[in-house]
Amino acid sequence: MINLDHWRDIAQTLTRHRLRTLLTAFGVFWGIFMLVLLLGAGRGLENGVTTRFGGIENVVFIWSAYPTQRSLAGLAVGRRITLSEADVDAINARAEGLRRVYGINRVGSWGSAQYVTRGAQSGSFGVKGTHPGLDQVENLQVLNGRYVNALDMQQKRKVAIIGTRVRDVLFRADENPIGASITIYGVPFQVVGVAGSFDPTENANNDLETIYIPNRTLRYAFNQVDRFNNLLLLVAPGADAREVEQQVREILRERHKIHPQDVGVLGSFNGQEEYEKFLGLFAGIRLFSWIVAIGTILAGAVGVGNIMLIVVRERTREIGLRKALGATPRAIVSTIVQESLVLTALSGYFGLAAGVAVLEAISPLFATNDSFRSPEIDFATALLALAVLVLSGLFAAWLPAARAAAVNPIIALQDE
Amino acid sequence: MIKLEAIHKYYGTAAQRLHVLKGIDLHIEPGEMVAIMGSSGSGKSTLLNIIGLLDGFDRGQYQLDGKRIHRLRESDAARLRNRCIGFVFQSFNLLPFKNALENVALPLFYQNVGRRQRNARAQQYLEMVGLGNRGTSMPNQLSGGQKQRVAIARALVTQPKVLLADEPTGALDSVTTGEIMALFRQVHQQGNTLVIVTHEADVAARCQRRIVLQDGLIASPALEHTQM
Ligand SMILES: Nc1ncnc2c1ncn2[C@@H]1O[C@H](COP(=O)(O)OP(=O)(O)OP(=O)(O)O)[C@@H](O)[C@H]1O
Ligand SMILES: [Mg+2]
Repeated sequence: MINLDHWRDIAQTLTRHRLRTLLTAFGVFWGIFMLVLLLGAGRGLENGVTTRFGGIENVVFIWSAYPTQRSLAGLAVGRRITLSEADVDAINARAEGLRRVYGINRVGSWGSAQYVTRGAQSGSFGVKGTHPGLDQVENLQVLNGRYVNALDMQQKRKVAIIGTRVRDVLFRADENPIGASITIYGVPFQVVGVAGSFDPTENANNDLETIYIPNRTLRYAFNQVDRFNNLLLLVAPGADAREVEQQVREILRERHKIHPQDVGVLGSFNGQEEYEKFLGLFAGIRLFSWIVAIGTILAGAVGVGNIMLIVVRERTREIGLRKALGATPRAIVSTIVQESLVLTALSGYFGLAAGVAVLEAISPLFATNDSFRSPEIDFATALLALAVLVLSGLFAAWLPAARAAAVNPIIALQDE
Repeated sequence: MIKLEAIHKYYGTAAQRLHVLKGIDLHIEPGEMVAIMGSSGSGKSTLLNIIGLLDGFDRGQYQLDGKRIHRLRESDAARLRNRCIGFVFQSFNLLPFKNALENVALPLFYQNVGRRQRNARAQQYLEMVGLGNRGTSMPNQLSGGQKQRVAIARALVTQPKVLLADEPTGALDSVTTGEIMALFRQVHQQGNTLVIVTHEADVAARCQRRIVLQDGLIASPALEHTQM
């Protein structure tokens, strides 16, 4: 029975207790407002971290870490495993859910800088092997020239893509580095590209101080033909990176006769695991936000229920009269429920609107922030919040409505 | 119209039971105007509430307008009250935040009558009780007699079969009481059935028939009728 008169009645009762109505409405308002802010902030953190990860969830690195500590098939302990071309072939042949395996090498030991000269200029930079198409995985964006291509690999061309810091050290601002020659550890290379980094973390600095050369060239020019420093596994979309890693470990264990419990021999970095750690963290934050906010909303709803209880008590006589005049319990219940829904829905709506407005207002402030980016609340979540609200409105109405429906007109109308 | 047979009513729990009505037999024909009298606590209001479907009874038979009333569900009782019965109370019971016209129109709201029609009919009944020009007055702007007139208009607006009044003049002075009784007589002459609970002998005297309750039973039926 939704009716203009009902709404007028509702407005009348709510405005008759203006202060009480406002205070209660504020409770619900605050609950929804906080929910929106908390969820928005959680989302902002999540957005920040997601851009930082940028596709790393599909990347697994495996390398030979420690000498063997357990013997298998009569082999002595203390062996060092070397990852080779044959391993790559075996993995490519046997592992499932894998888009591609790349062997990666570096000049010098892990990340150690190499002496690089260009004419009179010189500097120390990391030198890293790469493959065509890995610019995305390396978080690189080619600003000038090009990235490594298939022909470079095939012909073992001595070409290099340099980070912008490398360019800044080796070249003057008015010089075009493309086509210029630089010497890495005594071997001349031709610069074919300049790359910036879109890695939003401090790693970007490393990337920009690195020189990327075709991995095959690196192995032949710097005497690493027999080995790879590490393997880069690109997991096929939809496949489970952890499972892929296990498969690959299995293959390597078998090929190199590593004891199954000798886990330290192969080191690995699994992007998905890292990614999931964060996802778990964000799920936790989200859950926490919901718990806090639902608690607040419920507290608000209890307030609404309270005011409705008072209203029902104050209107016992009126309710009794309405019943005597022919109001069914359902009509009475519907009035109370509507009043409480109006109160929760209206104040909740304002809370939602205010929360979204605040998120919109602060969002530009974080536009350039690495770890916190575009706090927002999506439509589905907003709807869910609204559903919680409506439910809490019903919850709030339940007791007072039951009270109202149970009013005995004889007693309510008794003359004192 | 109203047919009560051996109606018993108890109040309280099984341990401490109060036998309020001890076998009431009462027939009220359509168009009758009946006064119920009796000392305080004799069960007049209880009887009226049972007739008005506000209260149940423990034993006996009740027929209202040919329908047997027995353990009605609350919502059915509400609907029946709305269509068949009009109530007038001692303390008027007008809703203070609604004006006279809205108060009269209220029962029609529970019949889902549209607003326009509701107000038209309410206006018609306000005119009938002589308050056609006071529709927009709030209850606190009306005198006791005027309030009771509004209440009577409200009781009549659904064109009920029976009008029940519990001490309708209890809060009014004698002049106003006379006016209200004149109005009841007018209503009666239009063919309505009225049952009026009263303490006042002169009010009872203006009814067609008097019933005296004594200790939960109808006493002295011989004195019942007056010629009107
Ligand atoms: N809800 C109730 N619970 C218990 N006892 C009740 C209840 N209502 C009435 N009674 C008792 O039933 C008896 C009859 O009450 P009732 O109100 O019908 O009397 P009455 O004749 O209308 O009296 P009055 O002239 O004072 O209005 C009284 O003794 C009263 O105390
Ligand atoms: Mg009484």
